[in-house]
Amino acid sequence: MRAFFLKIANLDTFWIILTGSLVAICTSLLGCFLILRKMAMVGDAISHAVLPGIVLAYLIAQSRASVYMLLGAAIFGVLITVLIELLHKRGFLQMDAAIGLSFTSLFAFGVILLSAYAGQVDLDQDCVLYGEIAYVPLDTWQWQGNDLGPVAVWHLSGLLLLILGFLYWGYKGLVITTFDEAYALALGIQAAFWHYALMGLVSLATVFSFESVGAILVVAFLVGPPAAAFLLTRHLQTMLLLSVFLGILSAVGGYFLAEALNGSIAGGMATVVGLVFLLCFGLAQWQNRRPIHSEEGGEPEVSSSSLG
Amino acid sequence: MRLFWDFFSFQDPNVRWVSLGITLMCASTAVVGVFAFLRKKALSGDAVSHAVLPGICLAFLLTETKAAWALLPGAVLTGLLSLWCIDRLTQDSRLKPDTAIALVLSVFYGAGILLLTLIQNNGPEGQSGLDKFLFGKAAALLPEDMWVFAAFCGLILLLIIAHYETFRLLSFHPAYAQSRGFAVRRLEALLSLLTVGVIAIGIQAVGVVLMAALLITPAAAARYWSHRLSAILWIAAGIGALGGLMGTFVSYTYPRMPTGPWVVATLSFLAFGSVLLGPKKGAWVRYRQARRNHQKMEEENLLKCLYQMGEAAQDWQKAWPREEIAHRRFFKPRALRRSIRQLRQKKYLLVQPQGLALSPEGIMAGRRITRIHRLWELYLTQHLQLAQDHVHEDAEAIEHIITPELEKALEARLNYPDLDPHQSPIPYDPPQTQ
Repeated sequence: MRAFFLKIANLDTFWIILTGSLVAICTSLLGCFLILRKMAMVGDAISHAVLPGIVLAYLIAQSRASVYMLLGAAIFGVLITVLIELLHKRGFLQMDAAIGLSFTSLFAFGVILLSAYAGQVDLDQDCVLYGEIAYVPLDTWQWQGNDLGPVAVWHLSGLLLLILGFLYWGYKGLVITTFDEAYALALGIQAAFWHYALMGLVSLATVFSFESVGAILVVAFLVGPPAAAFLLTRHLQTMLLLSVFLGILSAVGGYFLAEALNGSIAGGMATVVGLVFLLCFGLAQWQNRRPIHSEEGGEPEVSSSSLG
Repeated sequence: MRLFWDFFSFQDPNVRWVSLGITLMCASTAVVGVFAFLRKKALSGDAVSHAVLPGICLAFLLTETKAAWALLPGAVLTGLLSLWCIDRLTQDSRLKPDTAIALVLSVFYGAGILLLTLIQNNGPEGQSGLDKFLFGKAAALLPEDMWVFAAFCGLILLLIIAHYETFRLLSFHPAYAQSRGFAVRRLEALLSLLTVGVIAIGIQAVGVVLMAALLITPAAAARYWSHRLSAILWIAAGIGALGGLMGTFVSYTYPRMPTGPWVVATLSFLAFGSVLLGPKKGAWVRYRQARRNHQKMEEENLLKCLYQMGEAAQDWQKAWPREEIAHRRFFKPRALRRSIRQLRQKKYLLVQPQGLALSPEGIMAGRRITRIHRLWELYLTQHLQLAQDHVHEDAEAIEHIITPELEKALEARLNYPDLDPHQSPIPYDPPQTQ
């Protein structure tokens, strides 16, 4: 325990763990809605598709400024959801193939761009795929000579506020369109608006997490903690809180695993996401053996029957 | 152009081996991918291609060599493990398949990255080059690798020929295959093994992320060119081979360019092209068909409208001014002009000084549409007990669809009635004299 606090006391370690936890919180919250909407693989596709967006933004703006990167990533994130829908609904391609075709083609396009302008783009594929969270504390925000902490932490905190605001004001619309789209449409709620708002946020979360943890860990955090929470509870709000908790747990645990093995921190975090999920899966299996006394609750039930 | 001939004459042994190896590998992956695609398991392939990474790293840690004989079993093992995990997760829990796939994919891959960096940071010497599995290094292929590819392709072809009928049944109707007494589980395991095998072999050429494209994209494209499985398999193999050839050609011409992404770019280009232009359910074909149907309906509506105007005036050959026709049914001006042009070509409409008139053939056609419309209204009220004021819209749609055979059956079923539910006469063709 003492060793743990000594580690945390080291500022760099603190920033790294904080960054990982912020990524975990943001993606876990969004991931809950993704898996309930059966769009986990779309999240995976988005995390790959933002690559060409980022590279193009670099090339057009000729700067590393986050605004352009964000814009490029958000545009491509929404673009791939549109592309998948077009291929599926207008092109009559089955859903899994539509997802696979879209994200591999966009990712290939991104890698080709990277190779073509290798000299001009300060980005490499390794970084895109598994990030380098260890460098987070180095890139700090200087303001009037004061060191205000890593830029990534500021970005992620802003994103977290945005997501919390979105959930606070949009909770009802998001929940209704998630569980019963037909009912939402009958009520006059724009299902498409909530769909694209969510996809836009997922793209933002992906690009913010990109530099620090890379595309694959984003997917692990988007899917792992929410899936584990989904198995343990049938209440949406409990699921959101639980997945945030499990996400932070994985981020902290992953850091120490990577530290102990002297390996990639992002890889360690994804591994711990898997271990935490395995634990919850075992717990859920064990729980299912016993008779369930379900409680009456006012919250929407997260059950397969209400998913339709 | 000289580069083009340099490449395609295959003089350079290095070019020969690499391009042949990649082409063979892409073609055989495409063939296996068709079955994954048809069984709706395309994205499991993506999970497998990420999941072979920890296997490769573990095998390297255990054996400390980079030879294929050591790494392949490890790759196949974790690949199969990932498929098993996806199956267990979807069957034993409430998780949906896509969630299970995304979870397994990212966790296995994360573990692979952890192991890879662990090896790089404190592993034994000579580990450099393991990361070629991440992004693929096609140019680094050796003639020995070629033999592995060739042997594997032959094996896949043999297996598919031997089990063609059962694989076909399994792809389209697994429940029926089971009821016929096929060992479905064993055959599915064989298909899974084939999938994991091609992925484990192809990964060093195109890398983890893009491997899924080799599996999915040719199959998806081929689906738009045929409905027959044997043809789909050939087309997919051809598309895969073309992609492999193009990829190696581009990276030969521009050495800075990576092979894998260009293979995938070529495949994607062909696939998007197929979705748009493929003769079977391609977007263009569907659009043309929809346009044609729409035009047919517009024309038939005009014929029916003119017939009914003639009915009201009791003079079917009367010529009507265009404004009156447009006003009668609210035809859109452009659609009306097009319909008139088409019907004049078919000699159904005659242009006269006073306006447009039906020719004898036009009268017959208009009468037929009117007849079907009224017969259908009668059928709905009599046999489906629908209210009289609810049957018109339905008849408006069905009048364009009913075939002459159905029309005969309808007449017989209703016993050649004279009046429809709204008391309008049902017009029959006059008996042919002569």
